[in-house]
Amino acid sequence: MSFSFLEFLKSLVELTTGTYLRQVWGAKPWVDPTLDAIGVILVATFGLLIVLVLIWLERKVIARFQDRIGPNRVGGKYGLLQPVADALKLLTKEIITPSGADKWAYNLAPFLIVITALMMWAVMPFAPGVVGVDLNVGLFYVLAISSVSVVTVLLAGWGSNNKYALLGAFRAVAQMVSYEVPMILSLLIPIILARSMSSVDIVKAQTVPFAIVVPISALIFFISSLAEMGRTPFDLLEAESEIVAGFHIEYSGMKFAMFMLAEYISALFMSGLFTTVFLGGYRFFGLEMIKTASGFALGNLIGLIAFFVKMFVVFVVLVWIRGTLPRFRIDQMMDFNWKFLVPLSLALILVAALVDKALPVGVNDWTRAGVHLVSNVVVGAVTLEILRRNGRKQRTAHEEVRENADIETAAAH
Amino acid sequence: MIEQIIFIVISLFTLMMGWIVVSNNNLFHAALALMASFLGVAGLYVMLDAGFLAMAQLLVYIGAISILIIFAIMLTRRMMQTEESPFNSQPGLAGITAVSVFAVIAFIFWQMREFWPLGAGEGAMPPADKSIILGSVAKLGEYFVSPDAFVLPFEVASVMLLAALIGSIWVAWPKTEDES
Repeated sequence: MSFSFLEFLKSLVELTTGTYLRQVWGAKPWVDPTLDAIGVILVATFGLLIVLVLIWLERKVIARFQDRIGPNRVGGKYGLLQPVADALKLLTKEIITPSGADKWAYNLAPFLIVITALMMWAVMPFAPGVVGVDLNVGLFYVLAISSVSVVTVLLAGWGSNNKYALLGAFRAVAQMVSYEVPMILSLLIPIILARSMSSVDIVKAQTVPFAIVVPISALIFFISSLAEMGRTPFDLLEAESEIVAGFHIEYSGMKFAMFMLAEYISALFMSGLFTTVFLGGYRFFGLEMIKTASGFALGNLIGLIAFFVKMFVVFVVLVWIRGTLPRFRIDQMMDFNWKFLVPLSLALILVAALVDKALPVGVNDWTRAGVHLVSNVVVGAVTLEILRRNGRKQRTAHEEVRENADIETAAAH
Repeated sequence: MIEQIIFIVISLFTLMMGWIVVSNNNLFHAALALMASFLGVAGLYVMLDAGFLAMAQLLVYIGAISILIIFAIMLTRRMMQTEESPFNSQPGLAGITAVSVFAVIAFIFWQMREFWPLGAGEGAMPPADKSIILGSVAKLGEYFVSPDAFVLPFEVASVMLLAALIGSIWVAWPKTEDES
């Protein structure tokens, strides 16, 4: 089979360029490693370049929420080249290493944090058949890599030799380690439903998107992924009024930019993961599977577009939350996690596992989804009732104390 | 061939990091080297097609245990004093232990020499069945809850962890006034 440019273009649109090149080049020992390397470079470049779009989008959307226009000078009316200007500015800044810094830890942290953020993209299914590597432990891989990013935060905080940085790192680690628990627990439910940890299999199992099947787990995952990324309302790690800027306070120039880069890459990744696990990934009412009469897989492109649209909708919701919600206090944050999210997600896992086991084998996907939805709603209602009772009890106790105090002051007069 | 070279490189990396852990004066750097060593072990698991084990290694050892160790080090006052020697007075005893452990492992490997996957001639190991590797995670899960397999050790371990949890809560519980 010889190389034909038209066929190559077609395979580009079809997103099967790797398969096509493999056919053209034949079975030679260097083909697979080369294609793998190209794939790695493509995914990493995508991760790095998309950040330019994300920064522009976030600034623009936040500006609209705050009744401003946002970037509007560089690169035309919409300020499209603003992130490029920002990046160039950061590149020209001096890189300072504070005296007394732990050189190894200080210099390693920005690189490691970007590496971990990029590595997670390996298991993201962009379109049917377009995935870096379909691991049978896909979601577990994501969790493992994201737990490594905790270490890099600690490295940065300790290495900077600055008390604000260290305090910020402590906060960040406490928060990330705590919110990992409900995140893992809420991810277990889609794994139970799909009977696989592979991200591709989870997308394939979503005839009904899991956000409809188990809405409460989806919400818990969304909240804990917000905390995991350290975005508002969980941005205690860089609370300016308390600890100035958190663990990356001592970094300047491109090293600081690396932290920002990693933050945006992982923010988009979490949106993508939410899309994959709960919104059906690249699925779009079966359109992602269509082929034209000549066998041209147009569906792959539709799948890609569907995935990106969903992912960016989730990302805009993240920005929306950032623009509207105030910050948590640290004790509220910990209470919310350990006393509310963790017990609730444990209860949800129990219910989901029992319901799924109780359903007869071979039952219709929609019936299964309905039963799960009902059980989820029941769990939610029970939770709200418990919260209401607790709230009322606290309120009456408070009122009694106040009444007693009133009586005492009246008696004293 | 390439796989073997990568395997050897990762092993050397793991051992080198292990050496840094025991020989470095700076406790914080030693903890970082320990993490790198754990990472090397995870890499070895990946090379051996044990993806689940590798991820568990990352999540548990790097994501949890190492962080715990680093926190403990940071809460220790004299950690930055680098003059002290990291060696104690028992190098001879430790050396004997290490050599004997190595001897036992080497002996076992030598006994198993007919299974060594070297060479392509007669008696060489057939390549592993990919379907077994792909299904290994599901198999592992089944074995953990199957009464014919590991349900008892699994449950015993979980009871022990529960006991540890309850114990830690009891230790950390604020003392009430009549106790103090």
